[in-house]
Amino acid sequence: MSMHLEESPTTEGEVISNYTINFGPQHPAAHGVLRMVMELDGEVIERIDPHVGLLHRGTEKLIEQKTYLQALPYFDRLDYCSPLAMEHSYVLAIEKLLNLEVPIRAQYLRVLFAELTRICNHMLNIGAHVMDVGAMTPNLWVFELREDCLNFFERASGARMHSAWFRPGGVHQDVPEKLLVDIGDWLDNRLPELFGDAMSLVIDNRIFKQRNVDIAVVSREDAVAWGFSGPMIRAAGIPWDLRKSQPYDVYDRMEFDIPVGTNSDCYDRFMVRVKEVYESAKIIKQCLRDMPSGPIASTDGKVSPPKRGEMKQSMESLIHHFKLYTEGFHVPAGEVYVATESPKGEFGVYLVSDGTNKPYRCKIRPTAFSHLQAMDFMSRGHMLPDATAILGAIDVVFGECDR
Amino acid sequence: MAVLHSAPKFASNEGVIDAISETISVWLIEAVEAHGEVIFRVERDAVDKVLRILRDDHAYQQLMEIAGADYPSRPERFEVVYMLQSLTKNQRVMVKCSASEDTPVPTVTTLWPNAGWLEREVFDMYGVTFAGNADLRRILTDYGFEGHPFRKDFPMTGYTELRYSEEEKRVVYEPVELAQEMRSFDFLSPWEGAEYVLPGDEKAPADRQGEAKK
Repeated sequence: MSMHLEESPTTEGEVISNYTINFGPQHPAAHGVLRMVMELDGEVIERIDPHVGLLHRGTEKLIEQKTYLQALPYFDRLDYCSPLAMEHSYVLAIEKLLNLEVPIRAQYLRVLFAELTRICNHMLNIGAHVMDVGAMTPNLWVFELREDCLNFFERASGARMHSAWFRPGGVHQDVPEKLLVDIGDWLDNRLPELFGDAMSLVIDNRIFKQRNVDIAVVSREDAVAWGFSGPMIRAAGIPWDLRKSQPYDVYDRMEFDIPVGTNSDCYDRFMVRVKEVYESAKIIKQCLRDMPSGPIASTDGKVSPPKRGEMKQSMESLIHHFKLYTEGFHVPAGEVYVATESPKGEFGVYLVSDGTNKPYRCKIRPTAFSHLQAMDFMSRGHMLPDATAILGAIDVVFGECDR
Repeated sequence: MAVLHSAPKFASNEGVIDAISETISVWLIEAVEAHGEVIFRVERDAVDKVLRILRDDHAYQQLMEIAGADYPSRPERFEVVYMLQSLTKNQRVMVKCSASEDTPVPTVTTLWPNAGWLEREVFDMYGVTFAGNADLRRILTDYGFEGHPFRKDFPMTGYTELRYSEEEKRVVYEPVELAQEMRSFDFLSPWEGAEYVLPGDEKAPADRQGEAKK
């Protein structure tokens, strides 16, 4: 490690050296297990070397040993703050290789829950970000909303976090009517009220602005060159949203706006997320309004397994059920790269199939890799406490970054 | 083939192969479009040149991902795949080259700053080296890890495991000991083209083996 020595004006010629500290791996503001080796000149950051991989579980290797369906739950465990958004890329990649048609109701359900996931994820990030810069209350309030979202996931799939609810060909099971009514009710009353209250404490708050405005300004050119995506690139003023430019499922039927930043600092990144919550609410309302009735999974019996009830009644279903839950379906040989707009940015899956029932290679493109890599150049010249604000505004989760 | 799936729809790939092939024809080995993806296979030594042309002349501004893949049966077993995205044309292409352990791939950190970690990951997982990348450290595996875990011949359980030792008051590394052997199920039905000989088949005359399959 290079330590450069310099003459300090304040110590009358006595030589002081830069100071290297460890930020993390166990630090509440590190959002997980991130270790950053920081080289400081006083309190000014000279260089950051983030060490990732402390949560590496070899997901991609494990996926190669599982059938396509068995590999799905691993995706919930990548970004455990937005599990359904992770599944989305994977099921779309499989469907792209199979060229499988998904019933329209299933597409609506997926979009609805992907957006609910986005709200859920942003609640965590917004709360954590304001807490990183010193505010306690809003975090507790938005966690109430996150709790509501998790309850909705539980009512749809039976699991609060690791839903495994999106399946190749559709979703696992239909939602009860009452759930959709309750989501609509929640969007009309609870979300705007509680979220509005929480944000009224933060958005114009002097301390919050002092900690975030003009911190880690990234130019448009840099944002493109560093492979930014999601709120990070939108805060730089580039209206790039995969839901809009490369629509999947029924996003092309949705009307929503893409919030963009003007100054490309941490405050803009925060505000882009705040606005996105309202846009997501708009999309969910449209889903609730337009969702048709119908099947919720592909009618192709060779890919989507029959329900348990059917399996008990029909011989053909029994055979399909047995084959699909042991051997699984075979996917035609080929390779695709499918990327969706996860709450954190572009989440991609590069899936290579060799025609068998297991993926030959499944490369996961985490959103955090490009963003965290830019940490060094974004924090250079800023103060040590700004590092937490920058990290908060990146929105990094290590399950996904380290895989 | 009609598009039935609902995966992301970007701008049409029509004419992309022709337009790009023309400018990189010297290094191009193969250009294919399959499953809606455009893939260029190019010569390894020219990867940086090809990507520079794609970035500067064809407006593929972003490098989204570098993926490694291992095909042990090939003479150059590894494949390095670059995923590019154009924000202005709303298109994606893949560029790939093959490599082996001792044939370095030219780095693209000179083109995109975020290539650094992506190349480090491919190096860490597969052992492919990148010529010109000054910071080719391991990234995801443990400090002091040996081997390249995503290679197909690397066992899924790995070689070492670690635990906290109460006697030594520290974390110790030990060779992996499995209570039960790793199981790998073979789901290929004999009548769907399995390549192995079924138990008992070896008793049949050699020239008649596998006849049942046809």
